[in-house]
Amino acid sequence: MSVALPWPRFRRRVLPGFGLSLGFTLAYLGLIVLLPLSAAFVKTAGLSWADFSAEVTAPRVLASFRVSFGISFIAALVNALFGGILAWVLVRYSFPGRRLVDALVDLPFALPTAVAGIALTAIYSRNGWVGQWLEPLWTGGVHRLAVVVPWVGWEEWLGGKIAFDRPGIFLALTFVGLPFVVRTLQPVLAELEPELEEAAATLGANRWQTMTRVILPELMPAILTGFALAFARALGEYGSVVFIAGNMPLHSEITPLLIITKLEQYDYRGATAIAVVMLVASFVLLLLINLLQKWSRRYYRA
Amino acid sequence: MSLTATSTIAIRSPRARKAGPRLIRNPWWVRLLFMTVALTFVAGFLVLPLVAVFTEALRKGLGAYFHAFADPDALSAIKLTLLTASIAVPSNLVFGVAAAWCIAKFDFRGKSLLTTLIDLPFAVSPVISGLIYVLIFGLQGWLGPYLAAGEHPWFGEWLNGRDIQVIFAVPGIVLATIFVTFPFVARELIPLMQSQGSDEEYAAITLGASGWQTFWRVTLPNIRWGLFYGVILCNARAMGEFGAVSVVSGHIRGETNTMPLHVEILYNEYNFVAAFAVSSLLALLALLTLLLKTLVEWRARSGQAA
Repeated sequence: MSVALPWPRFRRRVLPGFGLSLGFTLAYLGLIVLLPLSAAFVKTAGLSWADFSAEVTAPRVLASFRVSFGISFIAALVNALFGGILAWVLVRYSFPGRRLVDALVDLPFALPTAVAGIALTAIYSRNGWVGQWLEPLWTGGVHRLAVVVPWVGWEEWLGGKIAFDRPGIFLALTFVGLPFVVRTLQPVLAELEPELEEAAATLGANRWQTMTRVILPELMPAILTGFALAFARALGEYGSVVFIAGNMPLHSEITPLLIITKLEQYDYRGATAIAVVMLVASFVLLLLINLLQKWSRRYYRA
Repeated sequence: MSLTATSTIAIRSPRARKAGPRLIRNPWWVRLLFMTVALTFVAGFLVLPLVAVFTEALRKGLGAYFHAFADPDALSAIKLTLLTASIAVPSNLVFGVAAAWCIAKFDFRGKSLLTTLIDLPFAVSPVISGLIYVLIFGLQGWLGPYLAAGEHPWFGEWLNGRDIQVIFAVPGIVLATIFVTFPFVARELIPLMQSQGSDEEYAAITLGASGWQTFWRVTLPNIRWGLFYGVILCNARAMGEFGAVSVVSGHIRGETNTMPLHVEILYNEYNFVAAFAVSSLLALLALLTLLLKTLVEWRARSGQAA
């Protein structure tokens, strides 16, 4: 930390370049990010409320919202669970290849989404390495479920196949969100006081009680942050999903794909209206994530 | 602070390693269960896709693999990807340094708002990142009519009469790439420079160094690993971006296709070997990125311990 100089104004004068760097930062930010983003809002502001709501509540749009938000949520949930276990294993256990696995966790950040999309399709499609035995299992399971509990449209909800259907979207969205929970949880786990667990054990708690009542509450802010990050990322994802989703309108069409479809039909108005809804959703999430991070920083410092 | 979890390199403390094995008190079957679940997860989502890319690319042998790169369209896609990254990465590098300098070294009102705004592109879907540039530069866009009519009121005489095409052309691809990779360098440098403080810079200035001298000889050596870290992540994303570029590119073969877009075209034509061959280059880039990233992290940690 810097020396606390008595007057902020003095500090400003010691180092040069404030005006230049701030001016450049604001100009670049304005031209590249803020101005183009505002174009979406200005364009939509030209619509009447009735037109806007007609655009964003069309059945195909609503269906895409359900698919995008629903499957992103499930994928983030799965990432919270399995990412949590993975973070635990990486921090607590030592095994050969641990560092390699640790480095691999960032793969979804580094691997282009289109490559991930076609690779996942190759593995999980009907004649892929995993798909050839997983798909019959899945199809059979969904079928049996439909027999046992017939009043729910299981095949519509869960999809009859893996690749080119809703489960494929789930796989792609889980892939892109994978690093978030692991990476937010790892430093917190590493900093966890051993005394906490020792105290719990001394007071007679068994391992299960220690895990669920001492460790898990302690990790909750980090898990929630990771969950929200993974959810936000999945919501906007496009590249990895389009190859594996099947892209059936009303059933397995994600919102970003619908935006592109509308653009290709020169329906700029419709595309922009949907984009504004998605932008607002992401800004709300961003705000939530900022609050979560502020909360967890205070939580872990205390 | 943002929608990415790429940890800043200075975060992990040396305690992390010491805490490790001493705490294992879980019964063996819990350990076995956790290990199995975690490693299956890693295998299914990370290892298999990576292996699949190379296996599929080499399915018909090395000849077919290299044949994919003899295609002039593939070569031009590679060139365009390199060109795009070579513009986008330095732009965001300069921006990142400037932003980190004013945010870490000075106090001013609205600083935390500015920091949040810098992270904004990470919150925006890639598709929407492309869309907003279409809204500005497209034919129906704000600037579209000026660009297409050959009248360029601001750019002076020499541009008159020429069409400037931004959308469905290289400038749009570059702009969209700059947008999606915007925060990488800045968000790496800001926390790093904040934690380093300004004492060394004060000392340099007091000893009579000029502002630029201070920056080149004091600040830059201090932040060089963080800078490198931000640049490799920025570069990986710039070369691999698909959604945003797909919206603004127009998919003109040999002209406006980057490598990821070329992969898509080949794949949709059922030319799987070529699609995976081009993908394998991108996968190698990803592996190289992870390797460099890990090396920088190790370096930062050992530097900290020393």
